[in-house]
Amino acid sequence: MKSNVMKMVDRRDGKLAMAHFYVAFIALAIGGLAGLLQTLVRSGKFVLPAGIGYYQILTVHGVVLGLVLTTFFIMGFQLAAVSKTAGTLTKRQRTIAWIGFWLMTIGTLMAATMILLNKASVLYTFYAPLQAHALYYIGLTLVIVGSWFDGAAIVIAYIAWRKANPGQPSPLLTFMSLVNTLLWIVATIGVAATVLLQLLPWSLGLVDRVDVLVSRTLFWYFGHPLVYFWLLPAYMAWYVVIPKVIGGKIFSDSLARMSFILFLLFSIPVGFHHQLTEPGIDPAWKFLQVILTFLVVIPSLMTAFSLFATFESYGRSKGAKGLFGWLKVLPWNDARFTVPFIGMLSFIPAGAGGMVNASHQLNQVIHNTIWVTGHFHLTLATAVILTFFGITYWLVPHLTGRTLTKAMNKLAIIQAVFWATGMTFMSGAMHAAGLLGAPRRSSFSEYGGAAQAAEWIPYQVAQAIGGSILFIGIILMVYIFINLAFFAPKGEEEFPVGEAADEAEKTPMVFENWKLWLGITVILILFAYTIPFIDMIENAPIGSKGYKLW
Amino acid sequence: MHIHKYEKIWLIFGLTTLLVFLSVLGVSAFYLGNQPPSCLATINPEKVDTTKPFNKPGLKKVEGKDWDYELVFVASAFNYNPGEIEVPKGAKVKVIATTKDVIHGFEVAGTNINMMLEPGFISEFETTFDKAGEFLIVCNEYCGAGHHMMTSKIKVVEA
Repeated sequence: MKSNVMKMVDRRDGKLAMAHFYVAFIALAIGGLAGLLQTLVRSGKFVLPAGIGYYQILTVHGVVLGLVLTTFFIMGFQLAAVSKTAGTLTKRQRTIAWIGFWLMTIGTLMAATMILLNKASVLYTFYAPLQAHALYYIGLTLVIVGSWFDGAAIVIAYIAWRKANPGQPSPLLTFMSLVNTLLWIVATIGVAATVLLQLLPWSLGLVDRVDVLVSRTLFWYFGHPLVYFWLLPAYMAWYVVIPKVIGGKIFSDSLARMSFILFLLFSIPVGFHHQLTEPGIDPAWKFLQVILTFLVVIPSLMTAFSLFATFESYGRSKGAKGLFGWLKVLPWNDARFTVPFIGMLSFIPAGAGGMVNASHQLNQVIHNTIWVTGHFHLTLATAVILTFFGITYWLVPHLTGRTLTKAMNKLAIIQAVFWATGMTFMSGAMHAAGLLGAPRRSSFSEYGGAAQAAEWIPYQVAQAIGGSILFIGIILMVYIFINLAFFAPKGEEEFPVGEAADEAEKTPMVFENWKLWLGITVILILFAYTIPFIDMIENAPIGSKGYKLW
Repeated sequence: MHIHKYEKIWLIFGLTTLLVFLSVLGVSAFYLGNQPPSCLATINPEKVDTTKPFNKPGLKKVEGKDWDYELVFVASAFNYNPGEIEVPKGAKVKVIATTKDVIHGFEVAGTNINMMLEPGFISEFETTFDKAGEFLIVCNEYCGAGHHMMTSKIKVVEA
C-alpha cells in the first residue's frame, strides 16, 4: 500500500479539488475585504460609502468565510486526500462530487445575491424572528445539500476501498476524511431541519409564525460540530502530513484514529453551551451538555501529545540534545511546516479561551461580547486557516503540476508572520475589550457618551490596526494561490503522507466499526437532547411573526 | 493498542485536572446556586405591555421575597424601557426582562448580568449591586439596523 510515495492525484480528481479551491480563495478575498471594512468602521474613523450597511458586510464576512471558504476548502482537500490514499475516484464518485460542487456554487451565488440586495442582513446565524428573503435560505440549503453530495462521494469511495481490501484498516487520511464527513452529515441534519421545516415555509408566507427557541436549538445542534468540521481537516494535516514534511513518523496510527472517533462522539451533543444564558432551557440539561463539551479535552490532549512527540522523536533522531534541543533542528524555513506550526501555537491560548466560553458560569462574563469573536479568530481564523494555507502550498502545485518555488516559500512564511502579527493585535484587543463588556456584532457606537463605552474605543482602534495587517496577509495569500494555480514553474510537488512509527503494530479493526460509533453518537445525542427538546415543544409560547429590521 | 507511558501520565494528569475543574463548576451550580439565567416562564410577546409585571417597567420594592427589589425591563427594537434607572447600593435585586419583537441581548457592562431575551420567554437574574456608579446596558445580540444604538443605564446610588 505504501509503495508509490510520489503517486500523483489523478488529473481529473485534481480538477475537481481545484474547482473547490477557486471558490474558496475568491471567498477569502471577498470575506477578508469585508472583515477589513468592519474593523475600520468600528474604529469610529471610517464610514461605509454608498449606503452599504455595517450588518450587510458583517453578513458577507460570516457567510463567505465561515460557511463558503471552509466548506469548499475542506471538501476539496478531503476529496484529494481520498483520491491520493484510497485510489482515484470512479467516474460515478467523481460525477456525484461535481454535482455537489455545482449545487454549492449555485447556492452560494443565490445567498450572496440576496445579501448584496440587502434582503438578508441577518448574519450567518440567521436567528429568527429576523426574517430574510426565502432565496437566502434556499441558497444556504443548496450549499448544505451540495456538501452532502461531496460527502457521499467520500463515503462511497471508502466503502469501495474496504470491499476491495477486506480485513484491512483503511488508509489513515481516508479514514479521517470519512470521520469528518460523517460528523458533518449528522450535524447538518439540525440546520437543514430548521431551515426546511421552519424558516423556509415561514419566509414564503406558508406559515405565519415560527418557534424561536426550537430554531435556535436546532441551529446550535449544528453550530458546535461545525467548528470541529473546520478543525478536523487541520488535524489531518497535523497528524499525517506534517510528520512527513519534517521527515519524521506519525507517533501512532491507532491513537490518531481513536482521537478522531472521540471528536465524532463528543462534538455534537453539546450545543447548549452556546445557549447557556437563554431562557426556556433547564439549567441541569445545560450542565450535562457542558460536561459533554469538556470531554473533547481528551482527544485534544492526545493530539497535542502526538504532535510534540513526533517533533521531539524526529529531533532526537537527528542527534538533538537537551530538553528542548530538538526544536532547533525542525525545518523552520519550510513553509509547509512553519505556517501550520504557528497555527498550532495559536491553538494553545485559543483552547484556554474556549474553556472559559463553555464553562457553566464563566460564560456569563463574556457571552456575546467581542471576546467570543477574538476566540474564534484564534481557532478558525488562525489555527485552522494557517493550516489550510500550509496545505495549499503543496496541494495546489501538486494538483496543477507545478512546484512551490523558493521565492514563494519565503513569501508564504512572510505571509504567516503578517497573519500572526495582525491577529495578535486584533484578537488580543478583542479579548481585552470583551472582558470590559464590549459587545460583538455591533457597529461603532458611543452608547450615548457612556464612560464605559469610551474605554472600549482604543481597543477598537487596535483591532483596526490588526485588521489592516491581516488584510495585507490576505493579499499575499491570494497572490501565492494565483501563482501556484497558474504561473509557478511546471514540476512535481509531493503530496506528503506520513507513515506510522508503530507500523509493526496492527491497527485494531474496531475503529472501522461504524455501526458501533454512529450508534454511540446517536445515543449520546438522544440522551442530551430528547427530554429538553420535548420540554421546549410542550411548553412553547406562541410563535413569532417575521421582522425585517435592517 | 499500545499507549506510551508518557502519554498515559499526560492523559491521567489531564483527566484529573478536568475532573477537578468540572467538580468546581458542578458544586458552584448545584450547591452554591450559581446557575446561568434559565427562567422557564413564558409570555405572549404581542401582549407584553398589558402583562404583569411588564405593564409597569422600572424598579419596584417587594416584601416577603428573597430579594428586596424587582427591576423590570421591556426590550424592543431599538430601545429598553426604562431608558435609565436608579438602584440603591447594596440592594438585592431580581432583574426581570423580556422582548416584544426579535431576540435582544441584556448585558450590564462591568457586571455578571448577561442574558438573552427571546420572544415568548421571560429572563430573570438575581444580583446585588454592591458598587456605586453608572452601569451601561447594551444589546449584545444582533437585532437590526439600530442594534448598536440600543442602550439603557443603571445608576447605583448610595442608599
